[in-house]
Amino acid sequence: MTKPMSVPAKTRQIVKKHGNNKSAMIAVLQDIQEAFNYLPKEALKAAAKQMNVPMSRVYEAATFYTAFSLKPRGKHVVKICKGTACHVRGAAILQDRFETTLGIKPGETTKDGNFSLETVNCVGACALGPVVVINTDYHGQVTINKVDKIIKKINEEGAKP
Amino acid sequence: MIENPDTQARQILDNLTLYYGPKKKFVAICAGTGCRASGSVQVKEAFEAEFKKQNMDVDVLATGCLGFCEKGPMVIIHPDKYFYEHVKVEDVPEIISKTIAKGEVISRLLYRHPDTQKALFREDDLPFYKKQHRVVFGRNGMIDPSRIEDYFAIDGYQALAKVLGEMTPDAVISEVKKAGLRGRGGGGFHAAVKWEGVRKAHGDPKYVIANGDEGDPGAYMDRSLMEGNPHSVIEGMIIGAYAVGAHEGYIYVRNEYPLAVEHLTMAIEAAREKGLLGKNILGTDFSFDIHINKGAGAFVCGESSALFASIEGRAGEPRAKYVHAVEKGLYDKPTVLNNVETWANVPLIINKGADWYASIGTEGSKGTKIFSLVGKINNTGLIEVPMGTTLYEIIYDMGGGIPNGRKFKAVQTGGPSGGCIPERLLDIPVDFDKLYEVGSMMGSGGMIVMDDTSCMVDVARYFLEFLKEESCGKCVPCREGIRRMSDILEDICAGHGREGDIDILERMGAAIADGSLCALGGSAPNPVLSTIRYFRDEYEAHIRDHRCPAGVCKALITYSINTEKCTGCGVCLKACAVNAITGEKKKAHIIDSEKCTRCGACIQSCKFNAIQVK
Repeated sequence: MTKPMSVPAKTRQIVKKHGNNKSAMIAVLQDIQEAFNYLPKEALKAAAKQMNVPMSRVYEAATFYTAFSLKPRGKHVVKICKGTACHVRGAAILQDRFETTLGIKPGETTKDGNFSLETVNCVGACALGPVVVINTDYHGQVTINKVDKIIKKINEEGAKP
Repeated sequence: MIENPDTQARQILDNLTLYYGPKKKFVAICAGTGCRASGSVQVKEAFEAEFKKQNMDVDVLATGCLGFCEKGPMVIIHPDKYFYEHVKVEDVPEIISKTIAKGEVISRLLYRHPDTQKALFREDDLPFYKKQHRVVFGRNGMIDPSRIEDYFAIDGYQALAKVLGEMTPDAVISEVKKAGLRGRGGGGFHAAVKWEGVRKAHGDPKYVIANGDEGDPGAYMDRSLMEGNPHSVIEGMIIGAYAVGAHEGYIYVRNEYPLAVEHLTMAIEAAREKGLLGKNILGTDFSFDIHINKGAGAFVCGESSALFASIEGRAGEPRAKYVHAVEKGLYDKPTVLNNVETWANVPLIINKGADWYASIGTEGSKGTKIFSLVGKINNTGLIEVPMGTTLYEIIYDMGGGIPNGRKFKAVQTGGPSGGCIPERLLDIPVDFDKLYEVGSMMGSGGMIVMDDTSCMVDVARYFLEFLKEESCGKCVPCREGIRRMSDILEDICAGHGREGDIDILERMGAAIADGSLCALGGSAPNPVLSTIRYFRDEYEAHIRDHRCPAGVCKALITYSINTEKCTGCGVCLKACAVNAITGEKKKAHIIDSEKCTRCGACIQSCKFNAIQVK
């Protein structure tokens, strides 16, 4: 078994894959986030050095785009679609319920690290609104009364060996 | 030019023409994102497994989005073209033993006309499809987007072969100009004018870009094209690149569209393999290649100069456009940026001719447009209609009207840059100019239908909240102005509206539109201004009477239980998260309005419509 790579080493590998090119900044950050589930500070520092750009440039991109998170995210990321179609079909009250059930606000992660709550402007599955995307699974026509069931199911599946 | 540039494509085409010929038996399953979410991939696998088990030679085609997303998973049995909706894995053996083996129809899976309850057999019989003119989008249903051979079978890359073999770049531009193709991304700028500008511009290299950063909430036609027919976008781009003299192109895709990225990547690789991308395309001296760039969740990146900044690896901030993108775009080089749907129209224009194309649509807006018909409407999904179709036809004939017997209130078009159009304007023909005239815009084609339970002040508040978050922050009027307008709207919705608020909103709106560099700020006040224009009485009800007529704004409504309708079943009592509902079994329940958070859980759970909102 190979030893897992350190954060800076993995980052350098990612940057190299994109040809050490600063114009690939967004793609580099996306790959870093995919590798670590968020953007660790060490990774951003290593990326800046490897791409030969000031840290401020990396930080600018990392904070401008909403897809990037500077904080570790939970095992399961719950994304509530807040597109117009979902909005008129009750996305706001759905969000309230997720907040109550999980006890967190958008951008936060539960203490046990199981769930993060996020909102997204539109996932493009408008016909199924209101839509909630959990990790990569789409849940369509979600009603308030389904929220607890969905969370319970994920918790149970997560408990399986 | 070479002698026979299109031999390769034509040869493959010949081998495949009969593949899905008129008598070929095959099963087409919609595998767009909507149907996937409803389980269509599992249905496809069930078909494949069952055919294998029974040793039957029937193809299963996982097609691009068919548009009628609400009915997913959808299955079409060819050659009879029987249309089955909401197909489950359990239905598969029966479909095979009855419909495929014996040609018998399974009545329970058929679509029923909502008015007459009559079962309709075929896709074309459905009112949703009947009035559509699906020249661009309809081809999704005939191909598996992951196979380039399928695209060849529907005349794919024939337009490219024709362009490279027979046409000069100028001839291509003049054909597109004659067709009257206007940009489908929002502005409605003439595509050929951009192309001409880049062709004439000094500077090298030149770039072509497909804008797939479909940011308007409620619009997903570009997603469905990139997922469902990626080669049509790529072919359009290659033709555009040839016309303007570019050798490098980008497709900028939203971060939220992983399947689109997957299918585009596959399509680009397949096109390279077949010599349709890369060096010396189809044996000519023309070379061109495409890269995919993924966005990272910023609405403003749909704006041209912000999109360039993003591809260059920076924060997506727009810049002033004294110098246009056709002169200085990506990396300050001449750049054509067109929307995904615009590119997908290009091969059609070349194949069928500018005259044919220009014969569809209105005086100023040619061709068809794909709209996403969503919100409070019976038939939700994607439709493609000729420009100039009336809103009424779209909403009532194709959309099937408003669900649950509610009353139509408004249709929102153009995303956060657009506006809300009221009932009395439903018979306007939809095209670029007409929508602008009534205070909205085409945008990328989102149509969000609202009924009498949608509050127009809340909708305006919603869009401003959206724009407040998405403003890049560069221009003060946009950054601070939207924030202030949003605060005022929050106040109105919370019951703290003041006399004069409407006036302030109107004046600020005009100032923000004037003082912002890019279209985001320039059009940001539209949702507010258009709702004030058509629904001023709703604003006044909130401000003066502290009343939300639609029953949406939480601070202005109370929930109560209609004792005559309540059966005391106790379902709402269990659904309430804050224990605000009390009552004995089989006796009418009561809501404690002090405790009630007006979350709506009881309304959604009550089967007897006993919860009233006032």
